Amino acid sequence: MSGTFVGMPAFPTAAREALGDTQLRRNLAHATHVIRDKRAKVVAEVEDWEELRLAGAGVKEAALRDLATHLETLEASLVRAGATVHWARDAEEACAIVAQVTKAHGVDEVVKVKSMATAEIGLNEALEAEGIAAWETDLAELIVQLGDDLPSHILVPAIHRNRAEIREIFLRRMGDVGRPAPVDLTDEPAVLAAAARAHLREKFLRAKVAVSGANFAVAETGTLVVVESEGNGRMCLTLPEVLISVVGIEKVVATWADLDPLLRLLPRSSTGERMNPYTSTWSGVTPGDGPQEVHVVLLDNGRTRALADDVGRQALRCIRCSACLNVCPVYERVGGHAYGSVYPGPIGAILNPLLHGVSDEQTASLPYASSLCGACFEVCPVRIDIPSVLVDQRAAVVDSHRGDRVPKAEAVAMKAAAWAFSDSRRLAWAEKASGLGGRLLRRFGRTTLPGGRAAAGRLPGPAAGWTGARDLPAPPEESFRDWWDRTDGGRDGGAR
Amino acid sequence: MRIALQITCVNDAMFPDTGKAVVRLLRRLGVEVDFPREQTCCGQPMVNTGYLDEAVPVVRRFVDAFAGYDAIVTPSGSCAGSARHQHSIVAERSGDPALAAAVAETGPRTYELSEFLVDVLGVTDVGAYFPHRTTYHPTCHSLRMLGVGDRPTRLLEAVRGIELVDLPHATECCGFGGTFALKNADASIAMGADKARHVRDTGAEVLVAGDNSCLMHVGGMLSRQRAGVRVMHLAEVLASTEEDEG
Amino acid sequence: MSARDDILRGVRQALAGVSPAVEVPAAPRVPDRGDLVALFVERVEDYRAVVTRCAPDEVDQVVRDVLGSARAVVPPDLGLDLPGAVVDDVFTATELDAYDAVVTRAAVGIAETGTVVLDHQPDQGRRAITLVPDLHVCVVDGGQVVADVPDAIALLDPARPLTWISGPSATSDIELDRVEGVHGPRTLHVVLVG
Ligand code: SF4
Repeated sequence: MSGTFVGMPAFPTAAREALGDTQLRRNLAHATHVIRDKRAKVVAEVEDWEELRLAGAGVKEAALRDLATHLETLEASLVRAGATVHWARDAEEACAIVAQVTKAHGVDEVVKVKSMATAEIGLNEALEAEGIAAWETDLAELIVQLGDDLPSHILVPAIHRNRAEIREIFLRRMGDVGRPAPVDLTDEPAVLAAAARAHLREKFLRAKVAVSGANFAVAETGTLVVVESEGNGRMCLTLPEVLISVVGIEKVVATWADLDPLLRLLPRSSTGERMNPYTSTWSGVTPGDGPQEVHVVLLDNGRTRALADDVGRQALRCIRCSACLNVCPVYERVGGHAYGSVYPGPIGAILNPLLHGVSDEQTASLPYASSLCGACFEVCPVRIDIPSVLVDQRAAVVDSHRGDRVPKAEAVAMKAAAWAFSDSRRLAWAEKASGLGGRLLRRFGRTTLPGGRAAAGRLPGPAAGWTGARDLPAPPEESFRDWWDRTDGGRDGGAR
Repeated sequence: MRIALQITCVNDAMFPDTGKAVVRLLRRLGVEVDFPREQTCCGQPMVNTGYLDEAVPVVRRFVDAFAGYDAIVTPSGSCAGSARHQHSIVAERSGDPALAAAVAETGPRTYELSEFLVDVLGVTDVGAYFPHRTTYHPTCHSLRMLGVGDRPTRLLEAVRGIELVDLPHATECCGFGGTFALKNADASIAMGADKARHVRDTGAEVLVAGDNSCLMHVGGMLSRQRAGVRVMHLAEVLASTEEDEG
Repeated sequence: MSARDDILRGVRQALAGVSPAVEVPAAPRVPDRGDLVALFVERVEDYRAVVTRCAPDEVDQVVRDVLGSARAVVPPDLGLDLPGAVVDDVFTATELDAYDAVVTRAAVGIAETGTVVLDHQPDQGRRAITLVPDLHVCVVDGGQVVADVPDAIALLDPARPLTWISGPSATSDIELDRVEGVHGPRTLHVVLVG
């Protein structure tokens, strides 16, 4: 029913293809700039934003550092409040639990609130294999599902689609799975949203079982929190008889009061609003109000692996606001699919390797999918130092290849550079050799940089990656250190 | 006060004029710098590519070469960032407490040029003359890793004759990113193309920044486009005088 | 070993040698913004919700005017005189779908964010009634308005189901442009008393 990330090529290959998709480039450039500006405006409104970030990071970090205790507390609070708690080591176990609860109620469909955890475990596909239809009810998820597409953003999975494409998808596919789109559908966002409202309403009204995730889980009270905009979340959390929430174990915070910095940070960072339209909180079962059977599936799926990583652990603080994606210059141009995961962008580039390790080539390419510009760290509401984790994960990739019988060309080059850089005399020789190359270029080359310096134009071999698009200045005849020696640091009148 | 110049491997091999400009500028301000001959590289190329073991001897060389100096000044935000924020990671990897102690000494004493001028020497008007339409790109590491803030623009604003114009989307990365430019050449080029476009939109004749590696990338693109914009390191602009222009 | 024990053991192993003591800085307070009710009104209106301010003795009439001829469902303890309004009798979702409007009170109003919070006491009713009808008229007392999120959190009881409402239902899913009106009520009308 939807695409798959399985078998995606490594990032540079996928990125090259995406960079050639003009529609994608335009859609993403537009959307990311709109949201960047909105975020910047509402963040600027908060005088103590930096203190708020520190508080948010502190609350999440404290919860992670004592996670086992909080998980046990959460379980006890949930049970006390009438919920059934399940534990799932991996995706397969989690999907099986959801399928089994659903089947126990004799239904063949569930309605879903947008949830990263259920996307991560491939729940829709797993349920489909069991004969259960999972209806996505978030507008962007609906667009992805109807278009047999893949999500490309953690907040707005259909960010790569523009209004005209969405209109076509609605016209073509809505009728196959329920109420068709009106024939006179226009591409006005409000009209498209109204079509989704009409299409989904019958599903909400008849659904017996709903599946959600949770943005936060409060240990001391057994409260789950879902932050949303459209009201589809409220529909799923309120109308059905049975609610199953799949919650990553890192979603726990210790106390009810801990929600404060997070509920202030999240909406401003994510949709650029002072507050999102709807936030629902519930603690187990409330007699006479909402689902009377409540299940919570606590999911590991690699989180304990990430937790064990002293540098990478901070990635589990992530509250999935998507601010890091929206400011990322690589994401902005390449889009989400190239990352080969439901978690794209800067957070995906660290989270995927932390959750799953770097043994496959695709995941191992992700920590390099960044120029380390640091824009992500600057906006992250829980202060995840993404650049540092990226560098650390690169080291993990390199270390995983240290035993290789045939080292990669890059490893050989790095060893050679390290050798030259360990001794200034070796470096001086290398510079003399490059100076010779420069002399040749000045003599025979035909390219000059603006201002007059000789340069190399297109070069073959490994230099093509550079000179395919950029001229390369010719190495100077004399290195700085040789100049210094010759002129005594310019004191011999050779300051030029 | 003993002050050392950390030239950086890229400037040493490719942009000696930047180093000469730093020497000339500081001499004009009455500051003599040493050039410790044993220096090579800050180790950032290895660290940022994931080769931490390989970076250990390089960082060792760095701390040995610069031991005992009160200030280490470098015309690169990126290399200053490496010394201040990454050497400790390498030292930890080495498991050598002596190296950890040494980087804790050299790191905080390493200054990017604009920091050294404004914070240590306390000057913003360095007596430069540069009568050209100029725009300034704040490189990511100087901006976000070091937090140099408006120091470079304050220095540039004080230059006589300069026509300084704002660069649109200035804080967006140019796409260089070290080995990123080779490993993800396509994304790097896409970013560089947009940066070059913003530079061209300013109508500037000169693009200035505090890192020659970023300038090599954007400047290489501008050159390939025959855009008629040259790139210059901040040090070279600040070292310019009426004599140079005459 | 059960999945539960496996995961908890894995977590403990992962954190072996990691100190659980973390300094958690207190979240900053918003500076004094002066007239909270005025700020609340301004911020609610920012979401393109409608706000009517009135005196306590005018509430019934104001709400009647807002409803006009709309078929309204109300919670058991609303405490307003609204001829024709039907008290929720544990209606099914489909039954609720036949109503145009719902009128409730609220638990808390948050000035900084323009949010009303319902804790679904009998003057606000079950969660479903404020969700299915297309118009939500919410009566908030000026005395219920607090400055910011932490004040609301301190007042609210997490054992109750809570619904935080900031404007009408909306989405930014199409080109990250906000449009109002998806699944929840498309019109939010706040009647601010006092
Ligand atoms: S890493 Fe930070 S900025 Fe990125 S999604 Fe997570 S919380 Fe948001």
